[in-house]
Amino acid sequence: MANTDKVSFTEKSKGSIKGLKKYRNLLNELVRKNIKLQYRGSVLGLFWTCLQPLLTMIVLSFVFSMIFGKKNVANYPVYLLTGRLLFDFYSGSTKKAMRSIRGNASIIKKVYVPKYAYVFSNIVSTFITFAISLIDLIVVIAFYNIFIPSKAIYITPCVIMAIIPIFVLAVLATGVGFILATLQVFFRDVEYLYDVFCLLLFYMTPIVYTVDKLQLGAAAVVLKANPLYGIIGAFRACVTGQTGLKGQKGFEIAYGPGHLTHAFHLAVNTMTSGAFLYAVGFAVIMLVIGIIVFRKNQDKFILHI
Amino acid sequence: MENNNIVPVNNEAEDQFIIKDEIAVKVDNVSILFNLNKEGVDSFKEYMIKLLKRQLHYDEFWALTDVSFELKKGERLGIMGLNGAGKSTLLKTIAGVLKPSKGSVTVKGVIAPLLELGAGFDGQYTGKENIFLYGSVMGYSREFIASKYDEIVAFSELKKFIDVPLKNYSSGMKARLGFAIATAVEPEVLILDEVLSVGDAKFRAKSEKKVRSMFDKGVTVLFVSHSVQQVKSICNKAILLEHGKIIASGEVEEICAIYEERTDKKLETQMNDLIKEIDKSQKKIKKIKEKQAETGEEISAEVITKTEQKLEQLHGSVKEMEKE
Repeated sequence: MANTDKVSFTEKSKGSIKGLKKYRNLLNELVRKNIKLQYRGSVLGLFWTCLQPLLTMIVLSFVFSMIFGKKNVANYPVYLLTGRLLFDFYSGSTKKAMRSIRGNASIIKKVYVPKYAYVFSNIVSTFITFAISLIDLIVVIAFYNIFIPSKAIYITPCVIMAIIPIFVLAVLATGVGFILATLQVFFRDVEYLYDVFCLLLFYMTPIVYTVDKLQLGAAAVVLKANPLYGIIGAFRACVTGQTGLKGQKGFEIAYGPGHLTHAFHLAVNTMTSGAFLYAVGFAVIMLVIGIIVFRKNQDKFILHI
Repeated sequence: MENNNIVPVNNEAEDQFIIKDEIAVKVDNVSILFNLNKEGVDSFKEYMIKLLKRQLHYDEFWALTDVSFELKKGERLGIMGLNGAGKSTLLKTIAGVLKPSKGSVTVKGVIAPLLELGAGFDGQYTGKENIFLYGSVMGYSREFIASKYDEIVAFSELKKFIDVPLKNYSSGMKARLGFAIATAVEPEVLILDEVLSVGDAKFRAKSEKKVRSMFDKGVTVLFVSHSVQQVKSICNKAILLEHGKIIASGEVEEICAIYEERTDKKLETQMNDLIKEIDKSQKKIKKIKEKQAETGEEISAEVITKTEQKLEQLHGSVKEMEKE
């Protein structure tokens, strides 16, 4: 027989290791499909992944520097871009994951497929485009460092530590994605509610503004309940040194004696701050809830889609 | 954790005892319960209102009750029954799409479901990309699909169009591609859901030949059809489902005879019901017309047209039934 593997469906349905291995190719194919089809038919293709955040950065920095006037961050466009890229990954991946089960109803109804593959492939593919769009950050920082030395951002080896907040964000997005995908099967309203929620979340996250500048009262509580607050702050601390967080005085890392320890201390301080630890806990809890909710309900999906 | 109704199969043990009488498909006391939502609540607002008013009732409906049978390797089972008897539900359960509410299903080996070909296709993807996508949906590795790729393209006769997005394919082309992929993998268990009518006459002959060649290799087949002729030509065993229960099982000839007898009876009673209803409608029209003549009013013009429309519909269904 030409069959490469003989795993009976009884084993697949248990989600065993063998089942995961068997359907790894499905996950790969779905990720490939998501990325390939995202920009199919456009002239610039995957280049849009980089171009789009760059253009929004230009628009936003133009608009908001007009409204807010002088910034207390030395390099506002880079500050904006760091926040925006991370936020776009979160909102993009969760929204796509949310629609993935209903969107593939025709397959799920006909053939046995592990349903998590449809949710998770959307998280992975958005993560890959997000990773590509990080090139923007390099380009913009290089641009300032070469052409506008007064706004130069000194990059230290501590930039490697940015992997930690990115990982936490991916865990959070996965957990939320599974919860939303499950909810959306039973209640279609979730789709519209979540779109509005993401808009709210955008303004509840220090992306276009910095927190240490604003006078915060009750808003501080709401702001700190947002896990993206700590994650984006930690990412910025590692990359640019401008955290935009309350209490973490946004100081710039300048080239000079002790700059490396300086940068390292900032990164460690932000990542041991209450805001970031809260975000880590939040992400883990979301992932656990997401997996439990999805596993418990996945057999019922077919009756609702 | 999960209610593992499904008994795991030990593959290593299986390989040691490949004997002719090996059981390929075992359906053990399977029942499936559907919660028919009376009002179809699928929005959050409705759900909350209904929940608060305590109106959240579900109609329970057993699509299958205590269905049990065993198929040995190489046996070909025809599943027969009228519409709504639970045939598709049974196939979906065996394919693993639906989980049994009670009982268990055990299938040994690779299943290829040939139900509604091309369900896993993406319209924006080209034919070539879809071959790899569909293959992965069926659980195969990229290398394995690549090794079968030429065979699939040749069988589907779509070499010229393989780099064209699938949305530009005709439905016949899609079905051909789906059939070619699903049969290229040489499954142990084949699920056929009236798909032997794919494409034009030439391709139909070709696909039937392909399926028959798989029979010779000892594939186990589950086949759903309304056509007694087709079932007789393909299967050697059959079961007859009615309202989710097996009412007869055994050799194909025997079951087909029962099925024909039952459908004849059923058609007869349905026909009688229709004729009765036609009578009723005719009488109603007559009555209304008489009344109109008496009073000279034109109040019930609408009622008459409605009844006449209904009459026409009934006549239509009678004609259809006579054909059958």
